[in-house]
Parts: sequence; C-alpha cells; structure tokens
Amino acid sequence: MRRRFVLPLTTAAMLGVAGAAAVALAAPAVEGGGKQGLNLAAILMFFAFVAGTLFITYRAAQGSKSAADFYAAGGGITGFQNGLAIAGDYMSAASFLGISGLVFASGFDGLIYSIGFLVGWPIVLFLVAERLRNLGKFTFADVASFRLDQTQIRILSATGTLVVVAFYLIAQMVGAGKLIELLFGLDYGWAVAIVGALMIVYVAFGGMKATTWVQIIKACLLLGGATFMALAVLWNFGFSPEAMFSEAVRIHPRGDAIMAPGGLVADPVSTISLGLALMFGTAGLPHILMRFFTVSDAQAARKSVFYATGFIAFFYILTFIIGFGAITFLMNDPSYYTAPAAGGTVNKITGLLGGTNMAAVHLANAVGGSLFLGFISAVAFATILAVVAGLTLAGASAVSHDLYAEVIARGRASERREVNISKASAVVIGIVAIFLGYVFENQNVAFMVGLAFAVAASCNFPVLLMSTMWKGCTTFGAMVGGFAGLVSAVMMVVFSKAVWVQTFGFKEAWFPYDNPALFSMAIAFFGIWLASKSDASQRARDEVASYDAQYVRSETGIGAASAHIH
Amino acid sequence: MVQGDHQRVLGNPKFQELVRTRSSFAWTLAAAMLAIYLGFILLVAFARDLMAVKIGDGVTSLGIVLGLVVIVSAFLLTGIYVQRANSRFDDLTRDLTKEIA
Repeated sequence: MRRRFVLPLTTAAMLGVAGAAAVALAAPAVEGGGKQGLNLAAILMFFAFVAGTLFITYRAAQGSKSAADFYAAGGGITGFQNGLAIAGDYMSAASFLGISGLVFASGFDGLIYSIGFLVGWPIVLFLVAERLRNLGKFTFADVASFRLDQTQIRILSATGTLVVVAFYLIAQMVGAGKLIELLFGLDYGWAVAIVGALMIVYVAFGGMKATTWVQIIKACLLLGGATFMALAVLWNFGFSPEAMFSEAVRIHPRGDAIMAPGGLVADPVSTISLGLALMFGTAGLPHILMRFFTVSDAQAARKSVFYATGFIAFFYILTFIIGFGAITFLMNDPSYYTAPAAGGTVNKITGLLGGTNMAAVHLANAVGGSLFLGFISAVAFATILAVVAGLTLAGASAVSHDLYAEVIARGRASERREVNISKASAVVIGIVAIFLGYVFENQNVAFMVGLAFAVAASCNFPVLLMSTMWKGCTTFGAMVGGFAGLVSAVMMVVFSKAVWVQTFGFKEAWFPYDNPALFSMAIAFFGIWLASKSDASQRARDEVASYDAQYVRSETGIGAASAHIH
Repeated sequence: MVQGDHQRVLGNPKFQELVRTRSSFAWTLAAAMLAIYLGFILLVAFARDLMAVKIGDGVTSLGIVLGLVVIVSAFLLTGIYVQRANSRFDDLTRDLTKEIA
C-alpha cells in the first residue's frame, strides 16, 4: 500500500522541482552566452514524456512483486520490444549528438565510430546471447558462476559490472548536465539532480519493466525524429546522397578531405585497439546483457538481437546523413555561430553555438523550426534518462543479486529482501551518480565511455566467454585473468595521454596508445588460460568435471526452463 | 535435470549434430564479421589513399561505400544466423528434448 502513496507524491515533487527550476533559471539563461533561450515547446514535450513514463512506472510498480518482475520484467517482453529496448540502450544522447557532431566536424571519421559500435552485435548473437539465456537468471554473473565458485566469481562479476556502470554513468551524467544546461537554459547542478532523481524513481519503483518501457518509448521517439531529419535533408537534395556529399565538400573548410579517413585515426594500433574495445565490449556491457533475461526464451533472445542490429544500423546511417545535412544547412548560416571577434572570421567547425555536439540540434531548427527543435531537445533529454536508468538497474542488480544474495547472505536471502536491497542500491547509486556528475563537471570525461567498453571487453567478456566455452576454465583462472584484465585496462587508461597528461598534467604518457583493449584483452585471456592450467586443486578438477552438465544446458536449454519460470 | 542425465544427452547423436553444426556455423559467421570489420579498420589505418578514391565522376568515396557495406553486412549476418537458428537448430533441439524426455 505504501508504495502507491509514495509515488504520486514523488511525481508531484519532481514536477514541481523541475518546473520551478526551469522558470527560475529562465532569466539568467537569456543573458548567459553559452545557454540557449528558453524553448517552451521543448519543456512542454519533456514534461509530457516524464509524466507518461512516470505513469508507466506507477503501473509497473503495482504489478511488480517478485524478483523476476524486478530484474527481468517477468520475462514478458517480446523479441521485437526487447530489440527496441536494446537499441535504445545503445542509442544514447552521446552517440546521437556525438557521432552526428563528429561527422559534422570531420565527415568520414564519424562513420568509423558508428561501425565499431554496431559490429559488436553479431558477436553478441553468435557467441553469447543463447548461452546467456540458457544458463542465467538475472545477471551475467549467474552464467559465469554457473559451475565455478559462487562467492569469488560473483565478486569479480559485480566488480566488473560496477566499474563499467560507474564510468558509463559519469560520462552520461556530465554529458546530460552540459546538454540540458544548453538546451533548456537550466543550471548544471539542477540538471544533474533532476536526471538522477528521475532515474532513481524509474528504477526503484518500476524495476526492469518500467526501465524497459521508458527505453522503448524513447527509442521510437528518437528513431522517428532522426528519420524525419534525415528525410528532410535528403529531400532537399532530391534524395541524391551524391548531391548532398558534393554540396558538403564545397562548403566544408576541409573540403574533399571529409570524404576520406582523417586525423582521427593517426595511429593504427590505437585504431585497432579501439575497434576491439567497441566490438567485444558490447558483449560485456552488464546493462545490455541483462536484457536477454527479459524475454521468454532463446528464440526471442535471438530475434531481439536481430531487430536491435537493424534499428542500430538504421540509426547510424541516419546520424551520418544528419551530420552531412548539418554541414550543408548550417555552415553558411552565421546565425548558428558565435560572432567572431572584430575583424576575425567564423570558425565553421568549432565556432558552432554550443560546440560541434550541437550540430544535430541546430539542424533540427533548420529543417523543422522551433517546434521540431523543441521535440529533438526533449528527445535528447529523454534519451539520457532512459540510458542512465538502464545503467542504474544493472548496477543495483549486481549489488543485490550478486553481492548481497550470493556473497553476503550465501543464497539464503528471501526474494523480498533481495528486491528491497536492490531498490535501496538504486537510490544509493543514483545519489552517488548525482554527486560524481557534480564533481566531474569541468573534467574531460570523453575517455570514460571508451574506458567502460575497454573494461567490459577485458574483464566481463573474457570471463563470460571462457567459463561457458572452455572446459578447462577454473575459478582461479577466471579470478586471475578477470582482475588482470580489469586492472590493466584501468591502469593503461590512467597512464595514457588523455588522463596522465591532459587531466593530471604530467609531461609524458607512459602508455603510448589511446585505447588499452588490444593489450588488456590479451592479458585477460592469457591470464585465464595460464592460471586455469596451473591450478591443480581438487576444486579445479571438480569444476572441469562439471563442465559437461553446463555444456548440455548451455547448448540446448534443457534444465533451464524449470530454473526460471517467470 | 537429474544428475548424470547429461551423459545421456552428450552421447546422443542428435545433440552431437546440433552442437557441431551450430558451433561451426556461429564461429564461421563470427570470423566473417571480424574479418570484414578488421579489414575495414586496417584499410582505414593503412590505405587512406585507397579509401579516398572516388566512385565514378562524383565526390562519393570508396571509404563511404565500404563503410555502408560493413553496416549492411552486420545486419545481414545476424539475419542469416537467426533464420537458421530459429528453424533448423530449434527443430533439432525440440527433437532432442523429446527423445530424452
């Protein structure tokens, strides 16, 4: 009963806070140079989104009773819906605004990132999805610890999960604060607090069901908006990409160079390393892996990857068109640029109001007027909310389902208590995220998403793959290799130029490349192999012997159906 | 599943066929995806001039066309796998489950 009263109250409080803050800050926003004026349409549409999703959360909270409801939406999500939700998790504001901004600034190079983000999906499908579905219940730790030591492997998996979630979340929170400051003229601190508070409400009250539906709604809005923009751009060129490209080449200061690889890939080793991180990191992202437990069976899990890959591929093609569209629509219009100093000239790339990341937002104004600008701004805000909610749920599940239920309570926790711990964890993670978002406001966080992928590729993915596919993998091997991958990935990033030189101010970077995955993945796999081989204990022999039973279930699902009837 | 049951499944010819065909299919597709992607990345890293070559008289470069090919091939490969898995492999699994029940 209590829950029913709390939620409407929280809703009212949230709307009150957001509304008051928006109004209070409208005046300084007009004066502040970097911030945009208040866009009433954007705010109204955003409130409509928040009200709608909070209603869904309220309904989901009423129907959610069991742990299966909370972690996996009761297994009642269809393959198509889950495909949209997975695509939604992936189509963050960072990838929508960031990649279209990258295309705007340097053309072809933007495509390299989109492709890296996309090609992880086939790998997830071919090597991970079905085994995950057949062996696991709620988190990927269920799978990795299936025949290995519960306590140790869950500590490892939960650590990997929380590290990935933390880096990903900080990057999203800082990006969110900056973006909302710019779009709505809202103060940075308020923006971060509102995002954090809303994500806590979604996750703590609505669990996976609410988180999934928030993601689905947002995915539809984002795909719809981006499709409209891309079509508007192409329509302007008689639906001829060639005409669009030649106009862009004519206008862009870098001219023909935007059609070929440029400065972004100066160093081949870093390029390949980044490629591996993006490709295999996808198969180790905890909030994505969790989604495979929300569908009813392995067949639906497969279908959801197929739909997700389709949506994501379509989305990245759209962002590419949007980036080129922004070049052709914005670069000759001084109203989108900061006025140059007297006698100076406008820098057509970095001079864009709000920076290159705002290319898609300005294009929305150029093709659809202020109403459509409002829509895209609201969608960008919604996108951030949906993504951080998914991350928070993954982190909360690692704490409650892996650390609390299996490590602390040793499997004797009641389901009700486990779910309550998860809700409490979501609140704590949300508060920590608000705090970190606030602290990191003026730090360079661009490397953090890359780091999240590198850790996922170097810790979660090797442990998951080796424990399910290699008979000889033991607990000792997974612990050594997993932690070696995790620590080496983080260390190499700390000692790389982005952190060691640019953040800490040291003269020379110890690690010469931008991304560690090529090396840290090798360390992880070699560590698992070597430590497993050298482990001659009785436990290791038992673990190898129990591979056959796991193998049968992971390949066929026999024995899995009864394990998690939702 | 009762302890020891898996030995019966392991020895079942249907299980062996399922695992053999599916894992070789999955690994082949994974290798294909990896080859396509790494091929693209290596071209980007080491053959910039080739990627800048124009298609016909226009400004569209080979790099952009190849990039789109990689995107489309990722989608097609998942489609091929799902099609096969949801028909042939699922039929095999169903037969196997019936047989050992």
